[in-house]
Amino acid sequence: MLSADQVKPGAQAVLSRADFDHLITVLQAEGYDVIGPTVDNGAVVYQEIDNAGALPEGVASRQAAGRYRLEKRADNALFGYIAGAQSWRPYLFQPSRTVWRAEKSGDELSFTEPEEPAPKMAFLGMRACELAAIELQDRVFMNGDAPDPDYAARRSGALFIAVNCGEAGETCFCVSMDTGPKVTRGHDLVLTELIAPDAHDFLVEIETEAGAEIARKLPLRAAEPQEVGRADAILAETAQSMGRALDTNGLKEILQDNQDAPQWGDVAERCLSCANCTLVCPTCFCNTTEDVTALDGESAERRQRWASCFNLDFSYLHGGPVRPSVEARYRQWMTHKLAHWIDQFGDSGCVGCGRCISWCPASIDITEEAAALRRHAEEADNGEN
Amino acid sequence: MAKPKLAVWKFASCDGCQLSILDLEDELLALAETVEIAYFLEASSKTVAGPYDLSLVEGSITTPHDAERIQDVRRQSHKLVTIGACATAGGIQALRNFADVKEFTKAVYARPDYIKTLETSTPIEDHVTVDFNLRGCPVDKKQLLEVVSAMTFGRKPMIAADSVCGECKARGSVCVAVAEGTPCLGPVTHAGCGAICPAYGRGCYGCFGPSDAANMPATARLLQAQGLSEDEIVRILRTFNAYAPAFREESEKHDAPNDQC
Repeated sequence: MLSADQVKPGAQAVLSRADFDHLITVLQAEGYDVIGPTVDNGAVVYQEIDNAGALPEGVASRQAAGRYRLEKRADNALFGYIAGAQSWRPYLFQPSRTVWRAEKSGDELSFTEPEEPAPKMAFLGMRACELAAIELQDRVFMNGDAPDPDYAARRSGALFIAVNCGEAGETCFCVSMDTGPKVTRGHDLVLTELIAPDAHDFLVEIETEAGAEIARKLPLRAAEPQEVGRADAILAETAQSMGRALDTNGLKEILQDNQDAPQWGDVAERCLSCANCTLVCPTCFCNTTEDVTALDGESAERRQRWASCFNLDFSYLHGGPVRPSVEARYRQWMTHKLAHWIDQFGDSGCVGCGRCISWCPASIDITEEAAALRRHAEEADNGEN
Repeated sequence: MAKPKLAVWKFASCDGCQLSILDLEDELLALAETVEIAYFLEASSKTVAGPYDLSLVEGSITTPHDAERIQDVRRQSHKLVTIGACATAGGIQALRNFADVKEFTKAVYARPDYIKTLETSTPIEDHVTVDFNLRGCPVDKKQLLEVVSAMTFGRKPMIAADSVCGECKARGSVCVAVAEGTPCLGPVTHAGCGAICPAYGRGCYGCFGPSDAANMPATARLLQAQGLSEDEIVRILRTFNAYAPAFREESEKHDAPNDQC
């Protein structure tokens, strides 16, 4: 066992699989709702879990464009799946919520904001790409001109327990986006799952004091140098086995300079305009507000809900939508995500998690669409020279 | 100020959407306090003469008599809102539009010569001006309340016309098309039901008709890739909203001419 003063930010230690339940028990005792991976309806999803038994032990998730299937792993890894079906987004940026209520009493009109306290959540099993996505959403919801108090309250109380990816998925490309697979920032604790024929342990790396407070209550032992070395080797191998790659070199200019490329029409033939890519994207932040009145006219409510640039209503101005075609809407999404985002927020809006590829019912692959546009741009350049 | 007068009318339909009004239960008293329920035969045989501030119309037009009656309803109504797939798209009975209705009457009735019916089942909007079409088979009661409330206060109803996928993801369901390969009309179906079927592991049946941006040819290719035959594609598109233009046009592309003989 490590002594309490050895468990501090920057320290490395080892938690055995047999003691993993302690992590969840300690989090619960500290008042956290533990949100972690679990299997539900054929996919790994992030839900509130009561104990380690709910984790997807021995589960692998195989992904391809428009396809997701669970399989059995050869080992009993707890975090052996690729990033879950939906990101952590719904827990911080809620699908819908009431912004305020207005009540009429005689001639008086009063406004009240809902006063439900934000839940204190511990997210268990966050991947590097997902932490990068939250960093991007923070810029929108917390650091912008109009901070979102609900997001901020949920975000500030949350504890982030990350896991380094032991393998890459078929639709993963975090290496291209420089967001993973190694967890480097944004987390409180990070685990690396170490499985050997005779041992099953987690290398625990402590990043923050909040993480250290939890770690001090765990039965940790000192990490052996070879365990740290194995964790590094696992990450190196994961980085080498990305299922997809996105060439970002000059991509911003390619997208912004080729708004009339025939590729947009080609993808519009296939795109269902169903909005699934934006709904599973961990960085998409668009939302809309709706005002509704009660039947008696004595009260009204402003509600906020997720919106998507794939919906016709999204660009509706007086007279009609600005982007009436699927072509215009797909172009808007992809150019914003990969190009205009850089102008707006200083970074690409894509973290390379691959969800928009896996969960597109029409199997549209953003990396292939980007490559097709690049070929078009290069051919156009060659034609000019 | 007098309470607005509400009328509820039935045309060719199963009454399910009218039942959605009665199913409001908790809100029904508030509704009755806000509006005068002046004409609603499903609820009461006591009626108050028109004109009416708001008419809710259920059902499609399938008889010469109803084609005249809807004109009268329109004349008596300040605002007219259709409720449900029959009224907005012709309903399941619009399957007759793809066949010869005389063959049906011969097969069903002992004395088909007693039956006076039209060749087609058509939506209300084909006959009169409609102020708002509320989709669904049946309609969603919360949406119904929202439309009545919006019409009462003269504001736009907050009814999203985008696809079921948004509701499916908002409730945290796993996509059945991607995770199980289940044929699902969710990507091209108008939202409103709250994505009930995918939450229970079933593909969307398209009860709310096509969404405002439905890409039907791409959907048909996806259904083919999921193993549906041409006949099965026709069947999945021809249910409660068979005659809604987007579903109708796509199903006609897959309906081989020899099947119609």
